[in-house]
Amino acid sequence: MTASTYSKSAPWYQTLRGREAISFYLFILPWIIGFIVFTLGPIIASLGLSFTDYDIMLPPAFVGVDNYREMAADPLVYTSLYNTVYIVIFAVPLGMITAFGLALLLNQKVSFMAGYRTAYFIPSIVPAVASAALWLYLLQPQWGLVNAFLESFGLPGPGWLSSEVWSKPAIILILIWGTGGTMIIYLAGLQDIPLSLYEAAEIDGANDWNKFWRVTLPLMTPVIFFTLVLGIIGTFQIFAQIFVLTDGMGGPQNSTLVYVMYLYRNAFNFFRMGYASAMAWILFVLILILTWVQFRFASRWVYYESESADS
Amino acid sequence: MSATIQSGERTHDAARVNPRLKQASKTGKSLLAHVILLTGCIFFVAPLLFMLSTSLKAMRQITRFPPEWIPDPVIWANYPAVFTYAPMHLYFFNTMIIVLPTVIGATLVSSLTAYAFARLRAPGKNAMFVLVLATLMLPSVVTLVPTYVLFAKIGWVGTFLPLTIPPLAGSAFYIFLLRQFFMTIPRELEDAALIDGCSRFRIYYNIVLPLAKPVLATVTIFAFMNAWNDYLGPLIYLGNKNQYTLSLGLQAFVQYQRSEWGLLMAASTMMIVPVIFIFFVAQKSFVQGITLTGLKG
Repeated sequence: MTASTYSKSAPWYQTLRGREAISFYLFILPWIIGFIVFTLGPIIASLGLSFTDYDIMLPPAFVGVDNYREMAADPLVYTSLYNTVYIVIFAVPLGMITAFGLALLLNQKVSFMAGYRTAYFIPSIVPAVASAALWLYLLQPQWGLVNAFLESFGLPGPGWLSSEVWSKPAIILILIWGTGGTMIIYLAGLQDIPLSLYEAAEIDGANDWNKFWRVTLPLMTPVIFFTLVLGIIGTFQIFAQIFVLTDGMGGPQNSTLVYVMYLYRNAFNFFRMGYASAMAWILFVLILILTWVQFRFASRWVYYESESADS
Repeated sequence: MSATIQSGERTHDAARVNPRLKQASKTGKSLLAHVILLTGCIFFVAPLLFMLSTSLKAMRQITRFPPEWIPDPVIWANYPAVFTYAPMHLYFFNTMIIVLPTVIGATLVSSLTAYAFARLRAPGKNAMFVLVLATLMLPSVVTLVPTYVLFAKIGWVGTFLPLTIPPLAGSAFYIFLLRQFFMTIPRELEDAALIDGCSRFRIYYNIVLPLAKPVLATVTIFAFMNAWNDYLGPLIYLGNKNQYTLSLGLQAFVQYQRSEWGLLMAASTMMIVPVIFIFFVAQKSFVQGITLTGLKG
């Protein structure tokens, strides 16, 4: 029997290809199981639950789109959505700009670069609960460090977390404090830009300003895009810091009641699993649309080297 | 000589790119960079230093206004006092119960999956990888309620199991990170072993894993941090105070000992110090991990 006839008659799972495929699926089996049980299953189940009334004790009762209809009339849904969007709109861009500015400064040949980098990065690894505890202390209106600092410049310190107007800016401030991770990503991106491009620009008579706008910024757009997409997804789900800062209340006057917090309240305080599932799906669809829009418009401003190589 | 001529001369000077002038502007620039960077440090570093300082202060100094930076006298009593309200050692132990399987899932299970994605060929592989990437962007809130219902139904709520079992299936983030690294390992190393009849698993275990030590260190750190920082998971699944993790314990502290700032800052310091310690020990792995996921995506 020749080799070729053997391979023809052998079942697929004994061929080299077949055995490799079997190894592949065996290797990823734990992940597949986890994906089905803890991701795919729950996603489908949550869509199903969103059409029911369910308190875990009694079996779910089908109510059609009632949960969605109720959501449309629930003022706290709008309040929480508004608060979340407010925080996203300010915290994400401001965090990115701060991170980018710091990365630009650190990318120059400054001394103590490692020291600065560490100093700016460490707040980003402080656990959310600890950072909330710390800022609760620093933002005390009467004698907190932040207001003492403002007062030393003759500025009146706001009430921060006890003020309806200033509670959201306080959260944004805390989020910007933890932007060091993004800074590290930008710094690595900046260091990946080939020096030859700057040299070429210099020969063409470019000044620092031109170099920034024509070389640095375009080459950084893929990284900026990546941090924007993930930043929006992450900030839309903000929960831990605010829950700790406000004892789970989202106060004052619901001014920091964010979407996931209101979802949590429905699910785990009121045991309205159906309603919470509907809320989760609306958030999912919202994030999906936002992400899709960002990818859709990415080609307008995100620069990929391979594209320019073709043209 | 009029002022205009003078300034004209200066421009002329600059145009010739006088090396000394260039040097001076460089020093000026770096001085300016230092000034900005140091100012920035006030915002980024001062909060942590002040936390440390307050944790060593007596109550009567804490309430003084304007705030004082140097503890006088230095009081260590806040640290042991924390334990009278919150058994931090127990919370630490509970946190480690969650950290351990998370780290195992991240290093062993995720790396096995990542290796398969990086090297093995199989029908449907690309579709599978798209799923991995999709879960990476999936808001975790979507799965929150049904997962809770599932664990409630099988009687796991109130135990550590909902926090220790799911991570053992690996996670998309680590799979992605490890795959990126495995793709950079030259195939030739494995080809020789393959010709010698080595099984795929042995190649992964004996050749690839040892080469991946740096990235495994990175993944370990990320997994540790995630489990250490997790708040929502323990909040939902752990009810009993004896089961509290550090996150829950600190939150309870904030809730009930809110005005005992010295104690609260001591407790916060205790939760932050291990993280900072790990950062200093494994700084390289940290930075590498962030850049690996941030850029090659």
